[in-house]
Amino acid sequence: MLEFLGRTTKGIGALAAAAALAASIGAANAQETIKVGILHSLSGTMAISETTLKNAMLMLIDEQNKKGGVLGKKLEAVVVDPASNWPLFAEKARELITKDKVAVVFGCWTSVSRKSVLPVFKELNSILFYPVQYEGEESERNVFYTGAAPNQQAIPAVDYLAKEEKVERWVLAGTDYVYPRTTNKILEAYLKSKGVKSEDIMINYTPFGQSDWQTIVADIKKFGSAGKKTAVVSTINGDANVPFYKELANQGIKATDIPVVAFSVGEEELAGIDTKPLVGHLAAWNYFMSIKTPENDAFIKQWQTFMKNPKAVTNDPMEAHYIGFNMWVQAVTKAGSVDPDKVIDALPGTKQPNLTGGVSEMLPNHHITKPVFIGEIEDNGQFNVVWKTDNLIPGEAWSKQLEGSKDLVADWVQLKCGNYDSVKKVCLGTATK
Amino acid sequence: MTISLMRLVLSALLGLVLLGAGPGFVTEGRSQGAADIAPAVARFAADSYSDTEAGLAALALSPNPQAAAIVDAVGDGRLMFDPATKTVYVKTKAGGLTDAATGAAVTTAPADLKTVRLNNRVRRAVEAAAGALALASPDAAKRIDAAGAVFKSRDVAALPALDAAIARERDTDVKAALAQARAAIILTKVDAPEAERIAATKLIVDRGDQEALALLAGVPADASPALRTAADAGIEKINRSLAFWNVAQNIWYGLSLGSVLLLAAIGLAITFGVMGVINMAHGEMVMLGAYTTFVVQELIRTKAPYLFDWSLAIALPLAFLFTGLVGIVIERTVIRFLYGRPLETLLATWGISLMLQQATRTIFGPTNKEVGAPSWMSGAFQLGQLSITYNRLCIIIFALGVFFALLVVLKRTSLGLYVRAVTQNRRMAGAMGIRTGRIDALTFGLGSGIAGIAGVALSQIDNVSPNLGQGYIIDSFMVVVFGGVGNLWGTLVAAFSLGIANKLLEPFAGAVLAKIALLVFIILFIQKRPRGLFALKGRAVES
Repeated sequence: MLEFLGRTTKGIGALAAAAALAASIGAANAQETIKVGILHSLSGTMAISETTLKNAMLMLIDEQNKKGGVLGKKLEAVVVDPASNWPLFAEKARELITKDKVAVVFGCWTSVSRKSVLPVFKELNSILFYPVQYEGEESERNVFYTGAAPNQQAIPAVDYLAKEEKVERWVLAGTDYVYPRTTNKILEAYLKSKGVKSEDIMINYTPFGQSDWQTIVADIKKFGSAGKKTAVVSTINGDANVPFYKELANQGIKATDIPVVAFSVGEEELAGIDTKPLVGHLAAWNYFMSIKTPENDAFIKQWQTFMKNPKAVTNDPMEAHYIGFNMWVQAVTKAGSVDPDKVIDALPGTKQPNLTGGVSEMLPNHHITKPVFIGEIEDNGQFNVVWKTDNLIPGEAWSKQLEGSKDLVADWVQLKCGNYDSVKKVCLGTATK
Repeated sequence: MTISLMRLVLSALLGLVLLGAGPGFVTEGRSQGAADIAPAVARFAADSYSDTEAGLAALALSPNPQAAAIVDAVGDGRLMFDPATKTVYVKTKAGGLTDAATGAAVTTAPADLKTVRLNNRVRRAVEAAAGALALASPDAAKRIDAAGAVFKSRDVAALPALDAAIARERDTDVKAALAQARAAIILTKVDAPEAERIAATKLIVDRGDQEALALLAGVPADASPALRTAADAGIEKINRSLAFWNVAQNIWYGLSLGSVLLLAAIGLAITFGVMGVINMAHGEMVMLGAYTTFVVQELIRTKAPYLFDWSLAIALPLAFLFTGLVGIVIERTVIRFLYGRPLETLLATWGISLMLQQATRTIFGPTNKEVGAPSWMSGAFQLGQLSITYNRLCIIIFALGVFFALLVVLKRTSLGLYVRAVTQNRRMAGAMGIRTGRIDALTFGLGSGIAGIAGVALSQIDNVSPNLGQGYIIDSFMVVVFGGVGNLWGTLVAAFSLGIANKLLEPFAGAVLAKIALLVFIILFIQKRPRGLFALKGRAVES
């Protein structure tokens, strides 16, 4: 009974604190604030990945306010939940821009959701920072891509396997949607340009949420027994990965036999799996939590304190938001205004130290420069970095490997065009894409 | 203490120099045991993958008893070194520290020890070295494993050790495995006599599996014609036998997929099949069952770790009771007001499913939860060329067990009698004194409870996340409708035939097309036979 009473008083205390907090937010509202929109799914299938990003943004905004905000004003986060529903993304984006009058939006995860909000950002002329690795083939005036383009993740990973693991046969396995399909098309063209024969490439697509991997893993095993070293390049989407890796372990395929390099498996995804059977499988990212730099140590500590969880993990898209957010702060400070046109002009050229020891720069094509790391999964759910690029790689909006896109150039500073055809010397504009 | 440490450092450094001069160089002034591995051990302190690899290769050939301990330690990440003094230590499984070269216990651990790092190349070297070292193990099973490791590594350096092992081997099984390992080395050894290589081909062909195929396919095209012919003939022979095993394997995978479909659908066969409720929240009952397993395992992990192997058995009744209770609550508060209004039922249960999902997400978070497999459910065994995993086998047996238990409940118990009476003619059953409302609640609870135990089993092969149920709801309805609404046997036949058909189609059509083809087939089938495979006859159907 006493304990119950104690708990009640604690509850009342918490309520009072919440009320005080609400009051202080109210007071802050009374002054002028700059609103920052956060457009990440907090329910539905994508909540698994996107909830973390919402929290990361809240932390970054909180941190910036402690430093005094931007242009002398406090930042105010406006969080909406598009519920993993693609059309709802567009509605919520419109709501953020027109009703809440946000200065900038950080959000989206899947390419479908990005494509769904694009017209809204163009029509209402606002700014979107997109933090996830994607298939490229896009450059928009209103969007800043802080995740990796294919040349900043997929191609270096394939180079690593060919050079270090002497891989000659390739399985390109992915979930059946736009990102894996485009990435695999680029990779296939790239491998063929390196002299890999078609019979040494196996491409396999599976539906979303595939849970029965027996046949496919058996096929991979068969494909791998042709006397040449084989590797799997996996663009399998989040949820389907756990059963995939479980099946690999069940059928006795170890990383030493057929390594799997994944582009969508990070620290967050590994938190839900027993990683012992996965040890040695690879992932390619632009950031790993295990990288030791003073910036990263500070960031991890800040995150774990913010989440009140000493085991909370950080991941690549969080770093992308960290870079993007700080670039936006710099650009706003430089422009002296949050006016979208001025900020869009100020952003290219801004430099921001990333968490892995380099300095990322926003390029005229609205992509950023990033280092590429290859990590091997360890039994504690972290990655052991086994390889990294010497320099930061500039993101390419248009793939050099694909017909129809290799001649395109994106440059929003000189050419003011996202898809300039360098052969015909003409900006294709919005008509084609 | 310091003097011996200094000496060790010196010897290690000396060893590093000597290794360049050539292995087998005998140095003076130290105990013989430490001397022959000291140079190899010193390489681990270099903190480079290629040095670690070289160290492992040198250890694999050493008769020193420390070698096996060191190789094991590298593989487990227990080999440490002091970057300042370049001394290498083994951290024992108990947590103590020993000097790697001598095996002597170290009482005061130096600060700032670094672990010898691993990558895939090093892991392969560890496997090869451990294999070569275990050839002399007194345990026959370990020797077979060792032969397998050597077969994989095809390390020419292991050949003398292998020959010695074959000469002293008494056990015929082990001898055969060793001979295969030797054949693998000979086949890939370019300077081996041709006759021996052709003889090796024959041994490899007898093995008859994927790895043998890989080995034979790896014989270069410019090898001598006789060898190439032997290898090609072998490949053809293996392919013929594998073609048969492939079909067997696909059927096995089909049975396994079928059992998963059966498990997912069997609860729905009660709530939708018998009661006629279009229950969109069925998948969420499966999900709740899986989360029950997670909670039980969490409690066991913190309170009673020794019970872990029993965690699934403990979770089963709890999941049944919990989801059954949730089912009864849903039936009493929502569904009972909606009998005879299928559209409203569909919308209401769909709403409930969203609420349950979001509630789970709020309580447990959106990320996947880890549900471990008890030790007896991990691993696989070989049946001919078929590798059968224990967890899939357990799920097939379990699905059939649940099915027959349910059949007994419906056919042999008084509850089953009431259920059948109420579904066949509600008013008549009521007139006979059966409390139809209570039976409705219990039936819905039974269906939900069974979905819950299905969740316990499915937690072993799928993600335990709030979305778990969504993946199964369509498949479940597909199975029940195809099998014939209201017929349990139909559900069984439908689940297994859909599973097998899917897996036989998949190798040709791919996972995406196979699924589409099946859906199209079912749509056409339902056009022809709207009541499914096994249609119920009788008054219930007409009404």
